[in-house]
Amino acid sequence: MIEGISIYDVLTLTTILFFIGVYGFLTRKNLISILISVEMILNASVVNFVIINKYLYPDILQGVIFSIFIIAVAAAETALAVAIIINLYRQISSVEVKDTEVMKY
Amino acid sequence: MERILFYLLALNMISFAIAAVSTRKMLRSVIYLLFVLVGVAGIFFLIDYNFLAAIQLTVYAGGIIVLIIFSVLLVHHIELKLEMAKPKRQIATVIACLLGIGLFLTTIYSYHFNVVENNLTTTTSDIGSKLLSYGEGGFILPFEVISVLLLAAMIGAIIIAKGKKLNPKTHT
Repeated sequence: MIEGISIYDVLTLTTILFFIGVYGFLTRKNLISILISVEMILNASVVNFVIINKYLYPDILQGVIFSIFIIAVAAAETALAVAIIINLYRQISSVEVKDTEVMKY
Repeated sequence: MERILFYLLALNMISFAIAAVSTRKMLRSVIYLLFVLVGVAGIFFLIDYNFLAAIQLTVYAGGIIVLIIFSVLLVHHIELKLEMAKPKRQIATVIACLLGIGLFLTTIYSYHFNVVENNLTTTTSDIGSKLLSYGEGGFILPFEVISVLLLAAMIGAIIIAKGKKLNPKTHT
């Protein structure tokens, strides 16, 4: 654990990061910006898993392993999302949310 | 010392996160996200999870950021300004997010955590043997499922990004 830092400080930091991500998710109008906000939300939750593991149950490793899984799923999700965005740009020449009306051609 | 380091990291992460969701230039937003992710890796280093910090740096900063930069450069002009939401909607979202932060923080601060004072260090071999053990509390099954998921995502990404066939007549 970090000397002189209580668990409340770290949880406050991750809460603020999470809600900054939510703000970006709600206000942005661009698919790639929304992807960036989702990455921020996922990262805040990863830090939460790790911090709670370290401060409350230091002799088991569940939190670390779950955060590794979260990172793997986030990587897969980003690869798929980028593929979808590029394909969408080829078909409708735009990545704005308001132009994305049709799911299947 | 660690206290000062943590507060510096926290300040950096919050300011760069706000910059990442409010700037109007696409590429800068991605770079600000990179700083936030490096800050998260710094927190992992501070609590002695070196392996996790290395994963964070390689997968996020090395893989995901590069992927997003590629997609930005493929679909945008560099000087394109992003359109923002209406001011009224922005203010409403800020108020909703502040309410959410208040709710979360009151819940967190009213709960008493049983913090265990410790200075244990976790080695990479601990994580590896836990990840591959099939005894009590082992994680071999989720590990295999994740590997299949990564394979499926890779194939799916290739098929989606390949798009339509250039010459649709050749279906023999």
